[in-house]
Amino acid sequence: MSKKKTYLIIFFIFILAFFAGNLVYPQFLKLPLLPEIPFKLGLDLQGGSHLVYEADLSNIEKTEYSSAMEGLRDVIERRVNLFGVQEPVVQTQEAQGRYRLIVELAGIIDPAEAIKMIGQTPFLEFKEQRPEEETQKILDKQKEIEGKNLEELQQIEDWYLGFEDPYFQSTSLTGKYLKGAEVGFEQTATYKSLVLLQFNDEGSKIFEDLTSRNVGKPLAIYIDELPISAPIVQEVISGGRAQITGDFTIEEAQALARNLNAGALPVPIKLISQQTVGPTLGKISLEKSLKAGMLGFLAVILFMILFYRLPGILSALALGIYAAIVLSLFKLIPVTLTLAGIGGFILSIGMAVDANVLIFSRMREELKWGKSFAQSVEEGFNRAWPSIRDGNLTTLLVAVILFGFGTSFIKGFALTLSLGILISMFSAIFITKNFLRCFVKTRLENWKWLW
Amino acid sequence: MNLDFLKYKKIYFIFSGTLILASLICLIVFGLKPGIDFTGGSILEIEYIEERPSNQEIREALSNLDLGEILVQPTEERGVILRMKDISEDTHRQVLERLNETNKLEERRFESIGPLIGQELKQKTKIAIILSLMAIVLYIAWAFRKISRPIPSWQYGIASLIVLFQDVFIPIGIFSVLGKLYGVQITIPVIAALLTVLGYSINNVVVVFDRIRENLLKHVGTYQEIVNNSLNQTLTRSINTSLTTLFVLVAIFFLGGVTLKYFALALILGILFGTYSSIFLASPILVAWLRWRKREV
Repeated sequence: MSKKKTYLIIFFIFILAFFAGNLVYPQFLKLPLLPEIPFKLGLDLQGGSHLVYEADLSNIEKTEYSSAMEGLRDVIERRVNLFGVQEPVVQTQEAQGRYRLIVELAGIIDPAEAIKMIGQTPFLEFKEQRPEEETQKILDKQKEIEGKNLEELQQIEDWYLGFEDPYFQSTSLTGKYLKGAEVGFEQTATYKSLVLLQFNDEGSKIFEDLTSRNVGKPLAIYIDELPISAPIVQEVISGGRAQITGDFTIEEAQALARNLNAGALPVPIKLISQQTVGPTLGKISLEKSLKAGMLGFLAVILFMILFYRLPGILSALALGIYAAIVLSLFKLIPVTLTLAGIGGFILSIGMAVDANVLIFSRMREELKWGKSFAQSVEEGFNRAWPSIRDGNLTTLLVAVILFGFGTSFIKGFALTLSLGILISMFSAIFITKNFLRCFVKTRLENWKWLW
Repeated sequence: MNLDFLKYKKIYFIFSGTLILASLICLIVFGLKPGIDFTGGSILEIEYIEERPSNQEIREALSNLDLGEILVQPTEERGVILRMKDISEDTHRQVLERLNETNKLEERRFESIGPLIGQELKQKTKIAIILSLMAIVLYIAWAFRKISRPIPSWQYGIASLIVLFQDVFIPIGIFSVLGKLYGVQITIPVIAALLTVLGYSINNVVVVFDRIRENLLKHVGTYQEIVNNSLNQTLTRSINTSLTTLFVLVAIFFLGGVTLKYFALALILGILFGTYSSIFLASPILVAWLRWRKREV
C-alpha cells in the first residue's frame, strides 16, 4: 500500500475520532452545528421502577386474550402518564401461557406512590346468582376440603370448586365496557351518595341481557374482588345505566368514580416482581462505574506504554479512539446504558487491547528474526489476525447466547460487550495497523528500542 | 529466555487436581447459595441518614412482620442490605415504616421477585448454559480440525475441555466458600460472568494451540520441545492480555459498587485460572497424553 494512502486513511481516522469524541463530550468544544445527544440511561442509573404484573385472564375467552391485554395496557398507560414520567414503558408479554404487563417508570421520584396508584385502579365486575344446585355443591365441597392440607386436597375430585364463591358467579360484564362514572345521590330522605355508571354500546347490551335473565334476583357488584352491593333487579334495564349504592361517604364515592373513570381494569392484575432503584443510588452507581472505567482505562494505557513503548503509545491512542467510537455508537443507536452495560463496556476495553498485544508481540518477534520493519508490521499483523478473529469469535458467541437470555441485566452486558468486541476488531484492523504503517520508512523505524 | 514449562508438569497436575477436588468437597459440604433471581425473594437496600442501628435492633423492629428468614448485612458507612422472602408492596411499605421509626433512613433499592419468575429465570439460565457449552464444544471441534500430527485433533479438543472445566469449576468452588462465609450468592450476573469466562478462556488455549500447530509445520524437534517453544513464544501475550483485562476488572471490583462486585469477582477468578491453565495445564496435558500412549505401544 502506498504511503499516501496510509496517510489519507489516518487523516480519515482522526476526522472520525474528532466527530466521535465531540459527540461523546460536546461540552468541551461546544461546536454549534453538531447535535447534542444525551446517553440513554437505564433504570438502575437514573433511578426508577421496573414492575411486572401478571394478568388474571381466567374469566375471559381465549380468543379475547390479546384484546384484553391491549385494553389493560392502554388503561395502565393512561394511568402512568398521569405521573409525568418521561417515556414510560408499558408492554405486554406472554410467557408460557401466562400474560404479563411490564411497566417501566424511569426517573420517578416516588415509586411507592406510582405503584399504589397503578394497583389502586379498581377492577369492576358484575356477578349473578348461581343456580341453587351449584351453590349447594360448592358448600358441600367446602365442608369436604376443610382442614385438609395441599396433598390431601389434590386427591379430592373437583377440589377447586371449594374455593369458588358459592353464591355468585362471574359474568362477562366488567369495567372493560364502562364509558363513564359519576357521583350521584339517592333521591330519598337520606341523600346517600352513590356512583352512577354508564356502559358503552356493547356493555349496554350485555347489561340488558343480564338484567333480563335476572329479574327478581340479586346482581352483585364487585370492586377488586370485594362485594360492594347486590341490588335486586326490578326490571330489564336497557340504555346501559347502572348505579352502585353502598355505604359510601361522599369522598369515597368521588374517589371510586374518579378511579373508575381513569380506567377500570378489564382484567385483574397482580404485582409479581419489582425492581426499584432510588435516584440517589442511580447517581452513585453511575459515578462509581464511570470512575472504575476511567481508572481501568488509565491503568491499561499506562501498562501498554511502559511495556510496548512507541507501539504502546499508538495502542493507547487507538484505544482512546475505540472508546470514543463505542460511546458515540451508544448515543446514536441508542443503547440504554445500565450498570451491567457499563460493566460490559469496561470489560471490552480490557479485551480490545488483546488484539494490539497480539500484533505487537508478533511484530517484536519478527523484528528479532531480523526482518525489515515494513515486513514485520505486515507479518505481525497477518499472523496475529487468525488468533484475534477466533478469540473474539468465542466471546462474541457467548455474548450472543447471553443476549437471547432475556433478563435485562444480561442483555445490557451482552449488548455492550458484543458491540465493544466488534469495534475492537475494526480498531485492530484499521486503526492500529495504519498507525504502524505510518512509521514505515521513517527515521523512527531504525530506533529499534522504540518498538 | 526459554523456560522449561513441561519439566514440572506433575506439580501443575497435582495443583489443579487438588483445587478441583477441594472445590468439589466445598460444593458438596457447603453447596451454593442461589440468589433471589432463582429462588424468588426480596432485597432491600437502605441508607441511614445519621447512624446505623445494630443488626439486632433492625431485626427486632421487624420481628412481628411475616418476612421469612431475614439476612441483615451492613454495607459501607451507613448502609444496610436486607434479604427476605418475596413480599408484597404493602409489606414493603410496612418494613420501611418500621425501620424509619428507629432511625431515619433513605431507601436505595428494592427488588422483589416472585417464585414463578424465579423458576422461569432458572429455566432460561439453564438453556443459556447448555447453549453456551454446545457452542464452545462445536467451536473447539472446528478450531482444531486441522491439527493431526502427532496426536489427533480431538485430543486437543478434550484437553481444552478439561482446561475449561477447571477454569469454571474452581471459581464455583470459591463462590461456595464465599457463600458459606459471607453469604455471597450465585446470581444471574455471576453465571453470565462464568459463561463469559468460558468464551475468554478458550481463546487463551486456542492461541497456544495455534502456535503449536504453526511450529509443528515449520520446525523440527520432539513434540515436547515444540510445545515448550510455543509456550515460551505465547507467554508474554497470554500474561499481558490477561493483565489488561484484570486491570479493568479489579477497578470494577473495588470501585464499581455492590451490583457489579461479585460479577467482577467471578470474571477475575475465571481469568486468573484461565490464564494459569492455558500455560500450565493445556499443553502439559497434551505432552503427558502422548508419552502415556507411547509407553503403552
